[in-house]
Amino acid sequence: MKKTLMLGNQAVARGLYEAGCCVASSYPGTPSTEITEFAATYDDIACEWAPNEKVAMEAAFGACLGGKRSFCAMKHVGLNVAADPLFTISYTGVNAGMVIVVADDAGMHSSQNEQDSRHYAASAKVPMLEPSDSAECLEFVKRAYEISERFDTPVILKMCTRVAHSQSLVELSDRVEPEAKPYEKNPAKYIMMPGFAKKRHPIVEQRTLDLIAFAETDSINRVEMGGTSLGIITSSTSYQYVKEVFGDSVSVLKLGMVHPLPVDLIKDFAAKVDRLVVVEELDDVIETHCRKLGLAVEGKSLFPVIGEFSQNLVASALGADVNGGTALSEELPVRPPVMCAGCPHRGLFYTLAKNKITVLGDIGCYTLGAQAPLCAMDTTICMGASISGLHGFNKARGEESESKTVGVIGDSTFMHSGMTGLVNVSYNATNSTVIILDNSITGMTGHQQNPTTGYNIKGDPAAKVDLEALCRALGIQRVRVVDPYDLAACDAAVKEELAVKEPSVIISRRPCVLLKNVKANPPLTVNPDKCRACKKCMKLGCPAISMKNGKASVDPTLCVGCDVCKQLCAFDAFESTAK
Amino acid sequence: METKNIMIVGVGGQGSLLASKLLGRLLMDQGYDVKVSEVHGMSQRGGSVVTYVRYGDKVYSPVIDKGQADAIVSFELLEAARWTEYLKKDGQIIVNTQQIDPMPVITGAASYPEDLVAKMQASGHKVDAFDALSLANEAGSSKAVNIVLMGRLSHYFDISDEAWLSALEACVPPKFLELNKKAFALGKAL
Repeated sequence: MKKTLMLGNQAVARGLYEAGCCVASSYPGTPSTEITEFAATYDDIACEWAPNEKVAMEAAFGACLGGKRSFCAMKHVGLNVAADPLFTISYTGVNAGMVIVVADDAGMHSSQNEQDSRHYAASAKVPMLEPSDSAECLEFVKRAYEISERFDTPVILKMCTRVAHSQSLVELSDRVEPEAKPYEKNPAKYIMMPGFAKKRHPIVEQRTLDLIAFAETDSINRVEMGGTSLGIITSSTSYQYVKEVFGDSVSVLKLGMVHPLPVDLIKDFAAKVDRLVVVEELDDVIETHCRKLGLAVEGKSLFPVIGEFSQNLVASALGADVNGGTALSEELPVRPPVMCAGCPHRGLFYTLAKNKITVLGDIGCYTLGAQAPLCAMDTTICMGASISGLHGFNKARGEESESKTVGVIGDSTFMHSGMTGLVNVSYNATNSTVIILDNSITGMTGHQQNPTTGYNIKGDPAAKVDLEALCRALGIQRVRVVDPYDLAACDAAVKEELAVKEPSVIISRRPCVLLKNVKANPPLTVNPDKCRACKKCMKLGCPAISMKNGKASVDPTLCVGCDVCKQLCAFDAFESTAK
Repeated sequence: METKNIMIVGVGGQGSLLASKLLGRLLMDQGYDVKVSEVHGMSQRGGSVVTYVRYGDKVYSPVIDKGQADAIVSFELLEAARWTEYLKKDGQIIVNTQQIDPMPVITGAASYPEDLVAKMQASGHKVDAFDALSLANEAGSSKAVNIVLMGRLSHYFDISDEAWLSALEACVPPKFLELNKKAFALGKAL
């Protein structure tokens, strides 16, 4: 069979294809996004971007109920949103197989927290597999469907950033087409009202016992015996770090299924080694399990509960040699991510900063508005929290805050969970001002379509949600649209809507400058004779503008000619290079 | 063979993903086990980005740690300096001398460090510094900096030009192939 190099996420998608998955519904979230994008390249899988993870998981459940293998993917915080269906789908079980990917982000490369999703598997009582490279991503998807159908349960495949975003070799096979399962009405299994649910719970508990028995002997968990002075229980990338440091010189119990955990397998392994150590990122899930079994085990006494591991970290914690490198002696300026040159969010955030507005923020590229020099954000919690938080803030503080506080939320985030917050604003009446930053795409995760863009995951035309009409339908009478490249219009809109004694929505609308169909204008240039070095333009935090030899200067490779700096300059120093 | 480690570093948006794709393809075609670890998501937005490329008989960890890189290929000067700690004792730095100001420099909170090439050499590293941006422009596009740098990296490998070019053909769209071949050749010519 053909061998090729694949990103972990791409290998999951390939696994879906080969396993005969027919329906995939997801919401984008780093590091899970590319799975569904790659899956959408296979015509045999009906793929979609759902408005949020809860919808995605329910759609995937419906599809498996309909008799076809189904799938949904989300990042770790997305599983918080989808937790509601998860806990009850655990009770109903499945018809055809259902696989859920949750991608954790230890180290918070692109996340607001680093929660450990294994707790969800334990509390929802569903099995969880955890691959350690791309080959296992592909293989474990297939195993997950087998387990799902054999044990009548959804199965979670837990990814992490390093597995999701690392390429390694995989072997490809052909797609199998499992026969569609008939749908049969079965109220006792699928209607989870108390009478029926009470009868399902013991089935779930028995299923966990059956899965533990499976975990004892199935090849998904494997023992690699080496030297017996040290025995390590591990999974995922931690396994790779352990092997990198110790090779075959220690014994390893590699867990491919991290919930439920085996009992006898672990006890037998422990009995064969002198010292037992668990190497696991984030929380002490496996270690706690070992302690419950009465084993003498080390884990978080040696390893951090915070951040990602690496080979040096593992080596150092276990007393192996570490050869560090030599850094330059001087401190170097940091390079945090920034809003792109020409980002349509910049003009709006400049307006908010200038007017000293309190800003309840949300999740997306625009969270970068929190950074210097704009510093135009006060909170970022989770998807949708801007609007609901703004409402509560205004309830608590009244008119004093209603006139100088806004919530900002992206178009995709608004569809995800901003709408319900907006209903709360109109229904429970605060004079809140909500700004929807509509850049016509889901930006941060790398340009995914959403219900407001008019296109589906394949880029084909789709029904387009009319944001203005939607906001009105949700009870907001004052809805206006502003171009964030027009600073005067932004300023007027923000001041007027904050002043009125009723709730309002400002839609700040301009497509993301990185979109392929957005044409850049010729770059601006600075006339050094006119520039007085007042540095007002530097307040925009545009990466294309810097001070060179005491004057403002524009990097022509970055500038897209948005003209926001030009509007700001009191001396007309910015000039167009258009011919 | 012992696992070899190459880091590709730069500023988000400079095209390091294509460079790592090319390298991954090349090394896979040579029959090595390969792992390539990339950065997606928020860090890509103009931030400091790093890609790890590892190859050998059997590669376990997807990442490269401090003191382990055989070579660092940097798209930008300051980024080369930032990651030197990841270099092995006798490791090689290949750096495009282009400077891109990070936000603290733009806002005036910090200044762009001076004489970075000399400083990296002074701390005992082998540095191959050159203006890859000019060569990319000469090839026909400033975006070809990634392939110019791969051309330069090819000096430090015992892999045939044919293999590099066939990997290039596999990784870039046909209409940009000539441009990228030229960029590769310009980067290779010292």
